[in-house]
Amino acid sequence: MNDLIKGKKYDWEMVIGLEIHAQVKSNSKLFSSSSTKFGSSPNSQVSLVDAAMPGMLPVINKYCVEQAVKTGVGLNAKINNYSVFDRKNYFYADLPQGYQISQYKYPIVGEGKVTIDFKDGTSKDIRIVRLHLEQDAGKSLHDQNPSKTYVDLNRSGVALMEIVSEPDIRTPDEAGMYISKIRSILMYLDTCDGNMQEGSLRADVNISVRKPGDEYGTRCEIKNLNSIKFIKQAINYEAKRQIEILESGGSIEQNTMLFNTSTGKTRPMRNKEEAHDYRYFPDPDLLPLEISKEEIGKIKSSIPELPDELKNKFIETYKLSNYDASVLTAEKQTSDYFNETINSDPELKNHAKIVVNWITSELFSLLNKNNQDLNNSPVSPENLGQLIKLISTNEISGKIAKDVLEDMFSSGKTARQIVDEKGLQQVTDQGEIAKVIDEVIAENPKMVEQYLAGKDKLLGFFVGQAMKLTKGKANPKMLNDILKQKLNKKN
Amino acid sequence: MKIDKNTINKIARLSRIKLDDKESEDYIKDLNSILDWVEQLNEVNTENVEPLSNISSSILPKREDISNDTNSSEEILENAPDKLEGFFAVPKVVE
Repeated sequence: MNDLIKGKKYDWEMVIGLEIHAQVKSNSKLFSSSSTKFGSSPNSQVSLVDAAMPGMLPVINKYCVEQAVKTGVGLNAKINNYSVFDRKNYFYADLPQGYQISQYKYPIVGEGKVTIDFKDGTSKDIRIVRLHLEQDAGKSLHDQNPSKTYVDLNRSGVALMEIVSEPDIRTPDEAGMYISKIRSILMYLDTCDGNMQEGSLRADVNISVRKPGDEYGTRCEIKNLNSIKFIKQAINYEAKRQIEILESGGSIEQNTMLFNTSTGKTRPMRNKEEAHDYRYFPDPDLLPLEISKEEIGKIKSSIPELPDELKNKFIETYKLSNYDASVLTAEKQTSDYFNETINSDPELKNHAKIVVNWITSELFSLLNKNNQDLNNSPVSPENLGQLIKLISTNEISGKIAKDVLEDMFSSGKTARQIVDEKGLQQVTDQGEIAKVIDEVIAENPKMVEQYLAGKDKLLGFFVGQAMKLTKGKANPKMLNDILKQKLNKKN
Repeated sequence: MKIDKNTINKIARLSRIKLDDKESEDYIKDLNSILDWVEQLNEVNTENVEPLSNISSSILPKREDISNDTNSSEEILENAPDKLEGFFAVPKVVE
């Protein structure tokens, strides 16, 4: 695979690492009992701890700790029995404490890895440096008032897991696949709701460029990207910017950048001279976090089947390709739907590939077109299974099945009902098909002449005519075979 | 380590504290004498000793994940110098 991008003078390689912030799916905040509900009225979920009133003390949420450990296990990572909360100091209007409680030197989770799968069947490991627990900040709204910034502290103190990758990513697509994989694992584990629009999952991207084989270049960090599309756009723009500077003889200044989602451009944040002096030190309000081997063991045993295990199971049981299996397992709802469909009839196990195709192309495109989700699909797994069985037993053709699926989607009827009501059963009677073909040949003597003179393309015309006469119900393979036979006999 | 004029200015800026020249001089003196005093600890050999983050021997207390559903907005905004539409209103921060 060639991952290089062309500059004006040289080929360049991108070196990318991601810091993903995943909000823990919990009822209450990391150090207070305020609710974490999204979209509530401003400042309605703020305790005295979250507002940093003098004398307030943080008390850690046990559930959040367990979710971080669970996620660590899901990332094939080392769980640390001992971790420490530190204060990361900076001033901002939406950070009432003047510091964020985070973990610096001793994170709760250490090194791990996740695997991403490419379309061509290959895969690649992306190494994880660490996962640590930290507080989210409040939200600043800059566009509500011409002279004021509005601050909402509802998000202040909500638990985040920061997942840091090694700079193992080389293309914008890999970055997209990596965050999709992390999202998938989080959602299988149910430790984060994965909602990027609501900001439950967002990423900072570190990126530099180099000539292949060189040392790493100076990197820039693009802050706070909340969609896969923006991540790819921002990386593309930023890489191009850096290459232009380097090729015109300049050098890259290490900088924190913001991405403008409407222009698609990055620009440096102001105030950079003080940006990175966080003066971390252990939070004296919190004792070190110790987790026993027993507790870790208990959490490990509660972990559900994860996408990679499920993927391997699908490959083994149904002989699916690595890519098909990874598409199927990317989201839990998809793998659940597949399982229910294929188990709805014992026959279907021999047609797994067809089941995959009908779910991931036909049904998905209908859902997309109608802005619906697989979770509330109007076509149940059992009904889709029934439709596929009608195809595999040659009762209807694949082409007609597409119309049937659309009908099922809008009417809610079963495949059987629709096929019976509309009389869509495939014609597989040799004699009947032959009769139709004779008719077509008799009606188009000129075309037959041209065909026999070498105009092979006309075969499609005859097929079309015959299909029309059978209202699309003739078995396509039989129709083709008999047609060729008959035409060649004329020769 | 010695605190000089540059260091004291940097610390003041990071802490958002404004110091005049006289105050700067005083703080340089004060902080240096504190540091000198603490320097004595360097006499102790701490090789292979992990830094201590807490002197208490008790275990970090944890709470269950239960949220209280009280609406805090009135109480929380009570001390705010300026509030609008349920938000804290602060001077425009443009980034």
